[in-house]
Amino acid sequence: MSERTPGLDVVVTSLASDAHTWNLVYLQLVLEELGHRVVNVGACVPDELLVDECVQCAPDLVVVSSVNGHGFHDGTRVIAALRARPGLAATAVVIGGKLGTGGVDGARERAARLVAAGYDAVFEDGTGLAAFRTFLTQLQAGVRV
Amino acid sequence: MNGFGRFVAEADGLVVQPRMGFGSPELMRRGLAAVRDSGTLAVGTITLDSYTRVGSHDVARAALAAGDDLNGYPIVAHPVDTTLAVVDGIAGAGFPVQVRHGSALPQDIVAASIAAGLYATEGGPLSYCLPYSRVPVREAVRAWRESCRLLARLRETGAEPHLESFGGCMLGQLCPPSLLVAISVLEGLFFQRHGVRSVSLSYAQQTNADQDAEAVHALATLAGQHLTGHDWHIVIYTYMGVFPRTPHGASALLAEAARLAARTGAARLIVKTVAEAHRIPTIEENVAALRTAADSATSTTYEPSTQDTGILAEARALVDAVLALDDALDTALVTAVELGFLDVPYCLHPDNPGRTRTFVDHDGRLRWSRLGALPLRGIADTGGDHDVTAAGLLRALSHVERRFDDAAIEQDLHALHLDRPCEPTSERNA
Repeated sequence: MSERTPGLDVVVTSLASDAHTWNLVYLQLVLEELGHRVVNVGACVPDELLVDECVQCAPDLVVVSSVNGHGFHDGTRVIAALRARPGLAATAVVIGGKLGTGGVDGARERAARLVAAGYDAVFEDGTGLAAFRTFLTQLQAGVRV
Repeated sequence: MNGFGRFVAEADGLVVQPRMGFGSPELMRRGLAAVRDSGTLAVGTITLDSYTRVGSHDVARAALAAGDDLNGYPIVAHPVDTTLAVVDGIAGAGFPVQVRHGSALPQDIVAASIAAGLYATEGGPLSYCLPYSRVPVREAVRAWRESCRLLARLRETGAEPHLESFGGCMLGQLCPPSLLVAISVLEGLFFQRHGVRSVSLSYAQQTNADQDAEAVHALATLAGQHLTGHDWHIVIYTYMGVFPRTPHGASALLAEAARLAARTGAARLIVKTVAEAHRIPTIEENVAALRTAADSATSTTYEPSTQDTGILAEARALVDAVLALDDALDTALVTAVELGFLDVPYCLHPDNPGRTRTFVDHDGRLRWSRLGALPLRGIADTGGDHDVTAAGLLRALSHVERRFDDAAIEQDLHALHLDRPCEPTSERNA
């Protein structure tokens, strides 16, 4: 294991109905600067495409980012499709952004339901990047040690 | 009949328009009525939800059935009678309503709009393809050609359908003015070549008001040279990037967009609200934004010209290079993207070459740092090699937000100090 290059293989993606991409461009740069390798799937990613991409890349981590208010709805659906694949059942998958249409209202309940649906962590807008970085550090330690 | 272009042309002052859409027909109707009755020179908007934008009408129907919130009005999922009832007695010659959607493949949206008597919409084969979809440019061009023809056919009934190019936005930020102007002109020309005579060209407020004013004049110059007839106008979009979070900052940015429209003689302005940074705005917030914009425009004087830093020359070079690729504009647009003659900075679309880069300079102006294969060698200056870091990107993306929020916080702090002169400065964090 120690011979492997440091850093995680990460898939960064939007969701099927979300056309925003600055969040994806930014996350890619953040992850690359931390030494991770990124496949950026881009905007409006249909569920099947995301599943195929993840099956093909076998990433250490999938970062789902959504800011159009449909993140909770679309995110709940796609995690089921990802977890249904044996190769992705244990892959770390996180989701973040603006996940509902009403701002931060209901964020805690949304997060609980998203975790129950299969996400490893939820970073609703406002929790900041620090929590995401901490998660990455822990994941890296867990995956690589 | 929905004479959108005529209404704008005959308006005595800047026409203001919200971005507003609700899943609920009742709320949508109430919103349209509130805009009509806002006391401003307004046109109405039905903004569609993002399931409809990507053609997932079944998902939109399921969401409606489940009572889930949608981020806009699902015009295809709702029966046509529902939409007819939404606009009945509201939309008309005195209050035209435009459908705004964001779809690269809009035929079903255009058909549903036409069925509901709504003959004005917006988008374009590049502007709704590259930033917002994964659809190949070639397919989007074909889809928009078909959509233009659906609209153009209405002219046989005496109606004058209207199409607005969204080309002045392109990811909302960090796309230099010349490329925005060029894409707007090319899309307006595309609409006209496919039979839609009444068109508008857009320009989204960027990082520097003087640079924006120069760009809008360049847009008007090129439109005058390339478009046929007189039924065209320019629409300004209030800032489409990361928006100020403070109410004062958001209002000040909106006011600056209204001044941009007024000083350049643009005919129409699409507003943003104080809720923009936080959530989908309410009807009341939209109406307040229309009034703020109208007030700012009224107190601004038209300026017939601006300084020339080369935006017109750049935009003209881009337009001319694309038009020279093929007599058929459809083919020229596809080839232009393939060759990188049109290459939108930071755009992740699979067809976009992605070799251009930009930055915000010390004066707050948007500049090229890498030209890729754009036909701008010897025409555009590049500001050296700015390698983009995550922090640098965030700084550039939040440049406008910070400028307006900082000013708003200073203002509030000042007011606070006048009220209570002994308060410590740590109030800033309160």
